[in-house]
Amino acid sequence: MTNVKVKSVAKTYGPIPVLTDISTEFQEGSFTSLLGPSGSGKTTLLRIIAGFIKPDEGVVMIGNSDVTNVPVWGRNIGMMFQSYALFPHMTIAQNVAFGLERRGIKGEAARKEVDRALEMVRLSGFGDRLPKQLSGGQQQRVALARAIVIKPSVLLLDEPLSALDRRLRQEMQVELLRIQRESGLTTIFVTHDQEEALTLSDKVAILDRGRIVQIGDPETVYEKPLTRFAAEFLGDSNFLSGKVENGAVRLSNGTVVRSDSALPGNGADVTLAIRPEKMSLVTADTQPNKLSARITTVIYAGPVLSYILETPDGLPLKLFAQNRDGRVLREGETVSLSWSPEHTIAVAN
Amino acid sequence: MRQLGRFYLIAILLFLYTPIAVMMAMGFNESPLYELPFTFSTRWYEALLSNQPLLKAGANSIIIALITAVIATTLGTMASVALSRRTFRGKSLLQLLLLPPIAIPWLITGTAMLIFFYWSGIGRGMHALLIGHVALAIPYVVLVVGTGFKTVRADLEEAAMSLGSTPVHAFFSVTLPLLYPSILGAALFAFAVSLDQFVISYFLATPGYTTLPVQIYSAIRKGFTPEINAISTLLLLGSMAVILIFARFAKPGDTRDKR
Repeated sequence: MTNVKVKSVAKTYGPIPVLTDISTEFQEGSFTSLLGPSGSGKTTLLRIIAGFIKPDEGVVMIGNSDVTNVPVWGRNIGMMFQSYALFPHMTIAQNVAFGLERRGIKGEAARKEVDRALEMVRLSGFGDRLPKQLSGGQQQRVALARAIVIKPSVLLLDEPLSALDRRLRQEMQVELLRIQRESGLTTIFVTHDQEEALTLSDKVAILDRGRIVQIGDPETVYEKPLTRFAAEFLGDSNFLSGKVENGAVRLSNGTVVRSDSALPGNGADVTLAIRPEKMSLVTADTQPNKLSARITTVIYAGPVLSYILETPDGLPLKLFAQNRDGRVLREGETVSLSWSPEHTIAVAN
Repeated sequence: MRQLGRFYLIAILLFLYTPIAVMMAMGFNESPLYELPFTFSTRWYEALLSNQPLLKAGANSIIIALITAVIATTLGTMASVALSRRTFRGKSLLQLLLLPPIAIPWLITGTAMLIFFYWSGIGRGMHALLIGHVALAIPYVVLVVGTGFKTVRADLEEAAMSLGSTPVHAFFSVTLPLLYPSILGAALFAFAVSLDQFVISYFLATPGYTTLPVQIYSAIRKGFTPEINAISTLLLLGSMAVILIFARFAKPGDTRDKR
C-alpha cells in the first residue's frame, strides 16, 4: 500500500498541450476516479503514472521513490485495460501467473497465489480454460485477478467496465469496490461515466482540457462545483448569469437571486449553477429564489419526472421532480419554480 | 443459372489443372517423344536418379529456398515489428518504398542486380543468388507479417509490460506466439518465391552453380526428355504438400482472439 503523487506534470503532443501543470496526490488505499470527456487528458495522466508515457515536465512518485524515469516494467503496477487484454494463447491460470513468473514466483507457490486470486474474483475452477471460452464479464474479472495477484503498489484502471453491458457493469462495480476494499490497493480509475465515478470513488478528479479543474469527495464535487464545466459534466445544471448587486445577483430579466456562495464585488459578472433536482414546483414556497417558466417538454421516467421549461425571456431550464403523488404537469402550463440560496452555486466560467 | 455457375467453375479448374495433369501423366509415359498411346513406365524417374546436373540443381534450389526463407522471414519480421509498433523518422517513406519491388518486373530487377553485383565485386554464384532471393522475398514477408500484426492488439504487449515484462520479453512471450501462423505463412511465401525464381537466378547463376528452373530451361533448349516432367512432378507434389500441411495446421485467418 502506497500513495501516488504527481507534481507539475505536463505533456504536449506537437503543438497541442494534453496535460498542463498537473499536481495531485492519491492517498494510500483510496479509490480516485479521473473523470472527463475524451480529449481531457485523463487517459494520458493514467498512462504517465503507469509509465507508458514519459511526461515532458514534472515528477511521478510512487511511495517515496521518484519513478519518473523508471520504465513501466519496473514500477510494480497492476493495470486493467478497456479491452481486457488477456493473452489469448494462455489459459486463465497462465494469464494470472504471468506477473508472478516475472517476479520469480513459480511452481507450487505461484499456483497457490493464482488460486487465491481467482477465488477473490469468484472464478475458482476456471484456471484451465482459455480466455475466449469466458464471457466478457468473466474475462474482465480474470484481468482484475491478473492485476492484483502481483500485489502492485497501485492499481490503474483504464475504463475497464465500458465494454460491458449495463447490468453486468453494475455487478462489476460492486465487485471492483469489494476487492479494492479487501486488498486496500491505492486505485486510480479512468472513466467518462459520471455515475460510475460517483458510486465507486473516495475522490473524484474532474479533468477539462488537460487540467484538473476540481478534485474532492463525490459529495463535495457534486454539491459544490467550482466551475461551469464541473457543474455541467458531473450531473445536470441550470445556469443563470447576471451581475452582483448588494450581495445578491440581478439577472438580465430583472429577477434578483440570492446565493450562499461567496460572490465577487458589486457590478461583477457571475454565473450561478442550480441542480435540476434542487428546484421545486411548489407554488406556495417560502424560498427567496423564484422564477416563472412555461413547461415545454415532460419526460416521464417512472420514479422521476423531468421537466424542460423556458422562462418568458427565453432561458432554458431543467427540473427533476420525485413522482410522489402521481400528478404530472402538462406541457404548456406556466409554473413557478423556487429554490434555496444554499443550492445556488457561483461557478467560474 | 446454378448450372451455368457450376459449368464455369469446372471450366476454370480444367483450364488451371489440365496442363499440369498432362505434364504429370507424360512423366509416366514410355515414349521419349511424348507419343501416344500412353504406356505406363517409371523409366524417366529411374533416369532422373542418374541425371546428376538436374538432381544437383534441384538440391541447390531447395537449399537456397530454405536459407532464403529463414533470412527473409527473420529480417522481414523485424521490419514488420518496427513498422507496426514503433514510430520513427521516415517510417511512411519506408513503408511506401517496400512495396514497389513486388510490382517491378523481375527482368528489370535481375538486370539491375547483375549490373550492381558485377560493379560492386559481389559477382555471381550461390551468395549472389541468396542475396537476390532474400531481397525479392522481404517485401512479401513484411506484407504477410504486417497483416498478422493487425490481429494482435498492441495492448497485449502493454499488459505484459505492466506485469513486469521488458519489451523484448513481451514480444517473445506474447506477440510472437500469436504471430506465428503469419510468420509461418510468410516463410512459406519466401520459400515459394525463391523456388519459383527463374529470371533473377538465370542472371546470377554460374555454369557450376545453378538452380532447378535455370537447369530445366537449359535442358529444354538442348532438347529434352520426360525426365523434366518427372522432376517437375516431384517438385510440384513437394510444394503442394508443404502448402496443404500449412493450411491444415496453421489455420490462417483463425488467429484473432474471439470475444
